[in-house]
Amino acid sequence: MSSFLDPTAELAPESRIPLPRRESLVGLNVGFLDISKPRGNIFIARLDELLTQAGAIPRHYAKPTFTRIAPVALKQQIATECDVVIEALAD
Amino acid sequence: MRHYVLVVKEDCETCRMIQPVAAALALSTEFRVFSQDNPNFPGDLPEGFTIEDDRELANSFELKIEIVPTLICYDDAQESERLEGWDRSAWERVCAQKFSPSLPAFRPGCGSKSQDPGMAEKLAVKYGSQQLKARRVNIADGEDEVEACYDRGWSDGLPLVPPTEIRVVRMLQGTLRAADDLVGDVPPDYAPCSIEKIAINAVMAGCKPEYLPVVIAAVEAALMDEFCMHGLLATTYFSGPMVLVNGPLSRAIGMNSRGNALGQGNRANATIGRALQLVIRNVGGGRPGGVDRSALGNPGKYTFCFAEDETGSCWESYAEERGFSREVSTVSLFAADGVQGIVDQKSRTPESLSRSFAAGLRVVSHPKMAMAADAFLVISPEHERVFRDAGWSKARLKAELHDLLQIPGSELIVGAGGISEGLPEKFKDQMLPKFREGGLNIVRAGGSAGLFSAIIAGWGASGKIGSVPVTREIL
Repeated sequence: MSSFLDPTAELAPESRIPLPRRESLVGLNVGFLDISKPRGNIFIARLDELLTQAGAIPRHYAKPTFTRIAPVALKQQIATECDVVIEALAD
Repeated sequence: MRHYVLVVKEDCETCRMIQPVAAALALSTEFRVFSQDNPNFPGDLPEGFTIEDDRELANSFELKIEIVPTLICYDDAQESERLEGWDRSAWERVCAQKFSPSLPAFRPGCGSKSQDPGMAEKLAVKYGSQQLKARRVNIADGEDEVEACYDRGWSDGLPLVPPTEIRVVRMLQGTLRAADDLVGDVPPDYAPCSIEKIAINAVMAGCKPEYLPVVIAAVEAALMDEFCMHGLLATTYFSGPMVLVNGPLSRAIGMNSRGNALGQGNRANATIGRALQLVIRNVGGGRPGGVDRSALGNPGKYTFCFAEDETGSCWESYAEERGFSREVSTVSLFAADGVQGIVDQKSRTPESLSRSFAAGLRVVSHPKMAMAADAFLVISPEHERVFRDAGWSKARLKAELHDLLQIPGSELIVGAGGISEGLPEKFKDQMLPKFREGGLNIVRAGGSAGLFSAIIAGWGASGKIGSVPVTREIL
């Protein structure tokens, strides 16, 4: 038997169970994260309209640029202020 | 307290010649003998004297033996002198005794078995202090080694050189940096990347050890924040990293800057660019269909690496423009699409040829886009000659192109020309440059025949919004 050296970051595969699906959005803080791509605002505005009608409390956030991952502070803010989050890509 | 160590092999004529010397030393001194090929050699040693069997070469490796015979003299356990081959006066001085006058005054030795081809790496793996930390992936006896690499998802689609320990140790000899030295976190997983991981991927890409410093510098450049490797990988756009190498190292390792410089056929060009892509794939976890969301990609995402032809050019190099001296070797990265040719076989004046270039550059990304994508203009020798003969500097050509690429906003706004794509209406009455300041760069490369140059367009998110070209010295 021969062996190779692992070229990867050796991140152990981790199986994670998704959180239980929400029965309803009534009274929940729903975050909308606009990643700052063109027309993302149009998509989010429509979702806001629909989910507000469904009883959700909308909260809006935006990444400074779509080319980079969200700043840690923004992720922490969303995690502390929201019950669920919708991240909106568009073009 | 003085003692001696002698390392020999029977296969060496000089070692056989000095057998009487070994016998004399065994009788008169504190003396150890290591034999690399026959534990009964040398013969005629005093009864009871034990020759130490070094057929596994552990001691030869430890003692860093390059030549046999080697005589090492120790005083109080510290090496005080080392003699390689036979030099009678030196041996007599070090051993403080006279040897047979029938021996010649001088005779060179032979290579140590620890220096046989491929042996140094094997011994480094077996006995070396360089402890590689990567997880070992066992390959079953019946498994094809190349297929095993595919099966584990390491390949960019082309066959890989299997990253065995010996190959990785050999690769690491290309750098003075420690294997566990970290260069940064590779996106998109932001996984820590060591020199060892770069070396493993460089092996798989087909690099020679002498390319490793270039690959390391390329990875470090890719991790510079302003290059924005994460966004470049994740984008739906075409782009991937283009690697431009400047300086004497590009010539020393045989990179191609001339005919077919942007094409296939040169090992260094091909494998350095590929190694960078494999690091992003395997260490960073960036894969098509995963975080890499490119709609079409481009062939340069397998590998895109070339050298600038500095010695043939009348202009300062790209690296010099970036503040590096000609004696320094650098790697520059650019978020690049593919290659768009510019054909102009009739222009013989710089005014005419620069207009051809401007017309070609006008369509980068889209004829109605401005200050979006950067571009590199790769000028071939025959085109450069037109500017050289007219005494145009690179700066003058850039200034001319800047002027030629001022576009009325009315041609660029949404709806102009019956095309919905375009800039907002507010730019209607302005003149807009095609490229942001510093967004158009010029390098010289290519073969001696052919009135062709090339545009390498950049990512639509060039500049501070996304990626700016970066340069790093190769150390």
